[in-house]
Amino acid sequence: MSLAIRSLTGRETPPAPAEIDAFLAAHPVPLVEGSSVTFLYRGEAHAVRLHHWIYGLPSARPFTRLPGTDLWYLIEELPPGSRVEYKLGLIAEAGEEEELIRDPRNPLLARDPFGANSVCHGDRYEQPAWTLPDPEARPGTIERLTLAETALGREVPVALYLPARFRTSRRYPLLVIHDGEDYLRYSALRTVLDNLIHRLEIAPLVAALPAPGERLVEYADDPAHARFLAEELVPALERRLPLRREPAARGLMGASFGAVASLSTAVRYPGRFGRLLLQSGSFAFTDIGPGRRGPVFAPVVRFMNRFRDRPERVSERVYVSCGIYESLIYENRSLVPLLQGTGMEVRYEEARDGHNWENWRDRLRAALSWLFPGPLWMVYE
Amino acid sequence: MPSRAVPLVLLGPQRFTRTLGEAVRATGIAGPLALVTAGWQEREGEDEVLREHLAAAGCAAENLRLYERTEELFEADPELAAAHRERQERLRHLQELYRLRLAHLKAAVRELDLREGPPELLAPERRHALEAVRALDAHHLRRVRALRRATDEATGLRRRPALLRQAAGVRRALERAAGVAIAGGHVAVLLNRLRLFGGGRLLRGRPLFAWSAGAMVVAERVVLFHDHPPQQSGDAELLDAGLGLCHGILPLPHARRRLRLGDPRRVALFAERFAPAAALALDDGARLVVAEGGWRAGPGVFRLTPAGRVEPAGELP
Repeated sequence: MSLAIRSLTGRETPPAPAEIDAFLAAHPVPLVEGSSVTFLYRGEAHAVRLHHWIYGLPSARPFTRLPGTDLWYLIEELPPGSRVEYKLGLIAEAGEEEELIRDPRNPLLARDPFGANSVCHGDRYEQPAWTLPDPEARPGTIERLTLAETALGREVPVALYLPARFRTSRRYPLLVIHDGEDYLRYSALRTVLDNLIHRLEIAPLVAALPAPGERLVEYADDPAHARFLAEELVPALERRLPLRREPAARGLMGASFGAVASLSTAVRYPGRFGRLLLQSGSFAFTDIGPGRRGPVFAPVVRFMNRFRDRPERVSERVYVSCGIYESLIYENRSLVPLLQGTGMEVRYEEARDGHNWENWRDRLRAALSWLFPGPLWMVYE
Repeated sequence: MPSRAVPLVLLGPQRFTRTLGEAVRATGIAGPLALVTAGWQEREGEDEVLREHLAAAGCAAENLRLYERTEELFEADPELAAAHRERQERLRHLQELYRLRLAHLKAAVRELDLREGPPELLAPERRHALEAVRALDAHHLRRVRALRRATDEATGLRRRPALLRQAAGVRRALERAAGVAIAGGHVAVLLNRLRLFGGGRLLRGRPLFAWSAGAMVVAERVVLFHDHPPQQSGDAELLDAGLGLCHGILPLPHARRRLRLGDPRRVALFAERFAPAAALALDDGARLVVAEGGWRAGPGVFRLTPAGRVEPAGELP
């Protein structure tokens, strides 16, 4: 397939500015054609680079300037279904520092706690409909409470998602979500829960979103964090709300370090949490040597090495997902047979995506409908 | 078309497009209506919107409270409650066994469907594979009926004083009503509650208006269906016999949302599997007036045909 950009390249004389204007007006940026993506930037610069978060590729990819013009382009391979977040790096003059910017011609953005990135949707990627607001879905509510004097040595604010038509005469499953406020902000968690409950694909559930403190400490196999969840938060919620008490109706969920916190809490309290949802877990381990990920990961490595030595059946069902463009794919792939070997039911899903909130958002339907199946087959309203 | 003295009207879902009042008016029934909202389970009593809608059509309503009555009944008769729980557990188990066998038979149907080869060889195999599914459906229905009957006899269901008291209350409420409106919700809960208080015998001969799960339970068979669930393959399942108040019809509420009506092969298989019952899509705004031996369908009712088409249901005969 001849790429559209070839209509401008390889000429003896450069295209006129008006022709470049017309080209840019006629094509979305970046330009996805099958498994090829053409990134484009127009403007004076010494150099332009693509910064992406695809593990395995050099992180900075140089653009080529179309000779005699101010149009820069870069053609990359991107398999179907991929979703990639990126920024452009501009170097105005030789020797100057690089400035990272979002792609000015691409309206697609993904936000995270550090700001926002531009997004490239590969061929056949579509944002799932169930992640978008549905006017027919009855909205759940968010309530807030604070737990004082916790095992963490601090007050813990907790956001509670209560499903639409919540009532005290009914009993609900409980899902405790690490980094829950970030899931709300960047993964459309509230919309997703509203929609999946409305579609009867998941059971109406209560989600508890305790705010982290020093998350890299608390989430890295911290016994105080596990104690807080299992001995303080869950009992407090069970006193306050109509919750089902069996393990199958009690889940832990998290991404990255939050997945580590979920698994390590389940390991410290085996049989307490029957459902685990682990996304892009930072499950660093070592077979030999000190590991390559630095001191923040040291407690995680110790925990994972212990767990790898003596894996246990600590839960009933575990859903694990990871993006294949993440550096953590090796660790997550390694974890799956280990979990399966304990006799836990394990579902594992990979996506052509990176370590980001929209990847985690897009997996929620498959994960939650398996962990907390709804009455889809039985209810016809 | 032969006219039916007592109207039975099946409607599309009522949450967004409320047509019940108009349907009641069209039959000339002044009310009051007895409401069955047991499928809403613990929300059974939250029927204000429905009542207001009926009131606007000049029709009063009284909720039969079948869900609440059942809870009271089980509290008063713990032995019956335990027997009911055990029966439901056995039915769930039976459904799992059926589902297991169904998955294999449906896989064979799908695989044969994709095979290429001489039609004279393939066609009989395809027919036979589908017949195997139909035979399993029939077998499952027999087993479910037998299991229910055995439990009812073992518990002496119809002679239990607590049930007789509650059933008398239901009958009195029905005597005050000019007709019955059966809403949707949890189809198994609704069917169980209706059956507990007399089922088809309770409702036969009364003007009926039913939608969603309510429409499903008044038919001869209750089929659970969803073509694209988030887990597993989406094979429609037979749940149980219905109340048998209308014949030759398989009502499919929310069909546009739940079925792949644009996939002719799936549509054809669905229609063939449940034939001779007519698989009728009842989406928002649909109205189907059932008559002896046939029906008169409004513009919102569509029939899934063995040819794989989805056609306006029209009139039968």
